[in-house]
Amino acid sequence: MKYAFFPGCVSKGGCPELYQSIMQVYPKLGIELEEMMTASCTGAGVLQEKDQKLGDVLNARTFALAEQRGLPIMTICSTCQGVMSQANLRLKSDPKYLAEVNHILAEERLTYRGTTNIRHFVWILLEDVGEQAIQQAVTRPLTGLRAAPFYGCYLQRPTEALGFDEQPSRAQSLETVIRLLGAEVVDFPGKSQCCGLPILTINERNSLMMVANHTSDAKNHGADVMVTPCPLCHLNLDGMQSKAANQQSTTINLPVLHLPQLLGLAMGLDSKSLGLHRNLVSPGSVLEKVGVEF
Amino acid sequence: MQATFRIRRFNPESESLASYDQDYVLETEPSDTVLDGLIKIREAIDESLTLRCSCRGSICGSCGMRINGQATLACKTKVISMISDGGTLHIEPMKNMPVIKDLVTDMEGFWEKIRKVQPWLQPKGPEPKAEYVASLESMDHLTGVMGCIMCGVCVSDCTVLEVDRNFLGPAALAKAYRFVADPRDGHAKTRLFALNTPGGMWGCTRCMECVEVCPKGVGAMDRIMALRAKGMEQHVPSTCGSRHAEVFADIIRQKGVLDEPMLAVRTFGLGNIPQLLSFIPTMIQAFKRGKVPKIWIFHRAIPGIRSIQRLYKKVRELN
Repeated sequence: MKYAFFPGCVSKGGCPELYQSIMQVYPKLGIELEEMMTASCTGAGVLQEKDQKLGDVLNARTFALAEQRGLPIMTICSTCQGVMSQANLRLKSDPKYLAEVNHILAEERLTYRGTTNIRHFVWILLEDVGEQAIQQAVTRPLTGLRAAPFYGCYLQRPTEALGFDEQPSRAQSLETVIRLLGAEVVDFPGKSQCCGLPILTINERNSLMMVANHTSDAKNHGADVMVTPCPLCHLNLDGMQSKAANQQSTTINLPVLHLPQLLGLAMGLDSKSLGLHRNLVSPGSVLEKVGVEF
Repeated sequence: MQATFRIRRFNPESESLASYDQDYVLETEPSDTVLDGLIKIREAIDESLTLRCSCRGSICGSCGMRINGQATLACKTKVISMISDGGTLHIEPMKNMPVIKDLVTDMEGFWEKIRKVQPWLQPKGPEPKAEYVASLESMDHLTGVMGCIMCGVCVSDCTVLEVDRNFLGPAALAKAYRFVADPRDGHAKTRLFALNTPGGMWGCTRCMECVEVCPKGVGAMDRIMALRAKGMEQHVPSTCGSRHAEVFADIIRQKGVLDEPMLAVRTFGLGNIPQLLSFIPTMIQAFKRGKVPKIWIFHRAIPGIRSIQRLYKKVRELN
């Protein structure tokens, strides 16, 4: 199980604990990674607002680089995954468009043949690593921990680009992993909705209200922790939670963990190696519940 | 097949004024839509059940409602596609609009926003002798958006409208695009300037709920993104929204990857210092927790940045 690893900008920027925790977790799952050091940002849907074709060209370059190495791509960010899946669908479903993009890539001595498979870590866990191997890697089941999933829009929609028809289990992948780790899933209506980050600099009030609504809602449904496969959601749900609570004149204090951090806890790793001290909402209550020193 | 229809009921004339769920168990045929089931309930079990419907063929847009947590048309949704034998369907009125009774919502707010974007052709120049003519090629890309049946399903599940009733919403913005992109319309720039205000085209989060639920493939969010691109092309006055997209593209050109602090500083700009300063407490907390990596202070470009820059140049030349 070897992959071209696409870490995304945020795991190397605002959420270094995500990069740190995935580096701790993947070797224990039989995964091999080769990091794509020369790959560019996907555009995150923002570059595409200005010029979708430019975004597709940059992503086709990344796909071509992985194709040259003969490796599928692994992402650890819902936004990177969604944007790349959509670009890949546009390129693969329109040979004329693919030829146009390849004409632009030709100067870089690159061609994309349309064969690169791009998958998020949470899908790889279930589709390649397998439930049995995950359970075998769990040395400290998270029994009694109530975890609310939060997907991030781009890992839920559009379902066609994300391959939900071929792999229906992807729609519930986060819940499945949470259960395999021994924790209890807390279902709440906001789990597939927007975290608000895309409009944080455009309409801060609305963005923070989304943070407050989702984290409060999960907590009111009995969650001890929220877990997300998207570092952009994490930036808002964890990073802006305190500001969001102030705006709504309330207190929330719901720890938000990256998926590899939750996985690492179940695998017996310590909090420091998973970068849990870097989360802005203290995960102390979660660690206490699963019996890990903070 | 036996199905339980769990319907959210509300009667404005009842004393409690609280909504409640009521179960109806009925036998359904494999060909039955959810609307068929609701009509069976109204005709044979409970005539007080109130719903809005007309064409039964996904044309009139009357029977928008939420089925198992997602807005859709009841006449387009087969019972068998949602549940297996003995299962329960959860049926609620659409969100983001007041409920009049049971599954009937007040669409006045919806129409008010549609009217706000002036959904009629406003040509410029002398009137032609016959009709205004547009080539097939210039109108072809508008067929999807012209397929909108005004059912309100996208508005129901819009995540921005949940927190901000002033947002124009996906249906009105898609309708605005339909006229901005019409070659016969002479007021695209005026329309774009009007949409460049709070509650307009920059308020969308790009969550794609509207794209996913639309029964006619209008792709409202894609139209909103197209409005933004047209706005930037037409040099609408810069806002945090347009600067965010412009600066993002420029940072990727310079470094290949995102420089988050630079994005925030340049998006807010010097005219928005108070808002920028309001993020300082969060930044200090992040710094204390070791969340601010060295890369933020000495942000370097990725290896291979020249390749990215050549591609930018090439795409812009071709545009």
